[in-house]
Amino acid sequence: MPHRIFFMFIFPSILAMVLFISLPIVSVVVQSLFVQHEAVLITVENCTPFGCESQTRVDTEAMERLREEQPLGRFAGFANYVNRNHLAIDEIGAILADNQGFGDVLSRVFNLPLYKALSFTLVYCFLVTPLAMALGFAIALAVNTLPGLLKGPTIFVSILPMIITPLIGSLILAWMFNPSGILGASLQSLTGDPTLSLRASPTLTWIVLLLYGIWTNGPFSFVVFYAGLQTVPQDTVESARIDGASRWEVIRHVVIPHLAPLATFVALVQLMDNFRVFEPIVGFSAEANATSLSWLVFNDLVGQDSQLFGSAAATSVVTIVGVLILLAPVLRRTWREFNRKAV
Amino acid sequence: MSVATRRPATLNALIIAFLVIWIIAAAFPFAWTVWGSFKVEADFFSRQSWWMAIEGTRTQAQTGASFTLAGYEGAWVQNEFWRAAINTLIVTVSVTCISLTIGTLGGYALARSGYRYAFWILIAALIFRAMPHITLVSGYMLPFFQLNIWGVLPTTIIVLVAINQPFTLWMLHSFFLSIPKDLDESALVDGCTRFQAFRMVIIPVMWPGVITTGLFSFLLAYNDFAVTSMLLSQENQTMVPKIASFLGSIQNEGNVMFAVAAVVSATVPLFLLVLFFQRQIVSGLTAGAVKG
Repeated sequence: MPHRIFFMFIFPSILAMVLFISLPIVSVVVQSLFVQHEAVLITVENCTPFGCESQTRVDTEAMERLREEQPLGRFAGFANYVNRNHLAIDEIGAILADNQGFGDVLSRVFNLPLYKALSFTLVYCFLVTPLAMALGFAIALAVNTLPGLLKGPTIFVSILPMIITPLIGSLILAWMFNPSGILGASLQSLTGDPTLSLRASPTLTWIVLLLYGIWTNGPFSFVVFYAGLQTVPQDTVESARIDGASRWEVIRHVVIPHLAPLATFVALVQLMDNFRVFEPIVGFSAEANATSLSWLVFNDLVGQDSQLFGSAAATSVVTIVGVLILLAPVLRRTWREFNRKAV
Repeated sequence: MSVATRRPATLNALIIAFLVIWIIAAAFPFAWTVWGSFKVEADFFSRQSWWMAIEGTRTQAQTGASFTLAGYEGAWVQNEFWRAAINTLIVTVSVTCISLTIGTLGGYALARSGYRYAFWILIAALIFRAMPHITLVSGYMLPFFQLNIWGVLPTTIIVLVAINQPFTLWMLHSFFLSIPKDLDESALVDGCTRFQAFRMVIIPVMWPGVITTGLFSFLLAYNDFAVTSMLLSQENQTMVPKIASFLGSIQNEGNVMFAVAAVVSATVPLFLLVLFFQRQIVSGLTAGAVKG
């Protein structure tokens, strides 16, 4: 296809992506170097018959003007990155200089907003992905043994947790885990602890969020692995059985190697999606016990009268760097394969 | 099935037990919430026993019947959830149509170009696909405020189309690869231009792939929370951010059932979608996996 025609075909697509994906990334980087204006304070004298008192308050007019002139805020260099809400260089230095052992360092570092969010994001990403894949694989194996008539309805029910809007799915589960919801109340009576609730227990919050992740991500692996199972060479399976391989050995040595390329694909997609975990934090109102990088950005942006664009942008840049690190092995492999093919 | 591969009874029992547990885990939350949405709050969030939600004791005491539509009335009539539903309809339909139109052209070009840059565009799309949406949103906010295009539906639609493009391109690219090259090339030999070949040869055979991709574009637009909650003003909100704002404002007044009813209402279209397009959804996920 000639270059000119290729670009005519692809131009709208590229334009959309450049305008709304590339430029925003540039915009985020620029914004992260600025902080919002400091409040302009003025002192007014309030005189009443009983005497005068001076009052300090925010000069809204001057603030408006300042915002108009410099919408980005004040230039701050890397101040956004190193402050307490982000990389917290000073705080970490202080913790390292004065602490009571390794456990103390960890607990104090993970109390800093960014590290707290990072810890949950990574735990979610790297626990939910393999567990959901394992669940999906198990469901695929089980569904594959069902008689044809039952397969359709089972698949229908199985993909519901995946197709559901993340916010809605997490709300549905959050209501059930509410202390007066069916699961929350049952948990309380099972453990005999009437104060047990998501709000009160960080451990429970983490477990429930991870369970939600596995519940909603499992079906994707299931669908892909189920389709993969249909292409497993039956001759190989049968000859392995005749040679005396057990069911488990067939799965281990025939089925799993056959599905390995699919598993890489699923793992890649799920890692990307799980790294941006966000809606469950809102749905479960879990922010006191668990936050994620995406939630931090959201939280900075959602402030009604003072949106912290600089702070949100700095967290975004950190998140984007995280995504790139996550993608690096894949990109490197693709690059190598591409070069091999080209040669 | 030959004797050698027949499963022992215990294994069969285990498989069935596992599947039953999974099906309950997958379906029960939905069933429970749908059932509970017709009850009053004192039943659905009963402090005494969840059995009250099944029998509807309080619902009976408060409304005189075992089921009540109070939650739905509160959401749809009192809080004007229908506005959000209309907005969702506008946004999802526009996003699906626009992203399919430009995605089909782009995906076709990528599948038929043998040059290196096509590969690089796909890799760039993969990286873009991985960007968390909220980080992009934090890039939009300030420019959109400055340009005075924040808060309206068209902006959100274009943004969702753009966010959708990487996925759409990948999916349609691999779909067009599966259509034999000879088909449109013979049209070229017969004297068609690329556009004519595309219109007369490719368009008639592309619908299965386009419909599957369209389902996923629809889902992305429908399920989005990050973009719609940040880029739409209060009165233009779609269903998902509307539900989120319900939570903030209603929980205090003890009307959490409005939110429950709204959640159930927003689940219905997804349910129907899976019911009618199960095969396409499954094949779409698989196609992406096999080719990707």
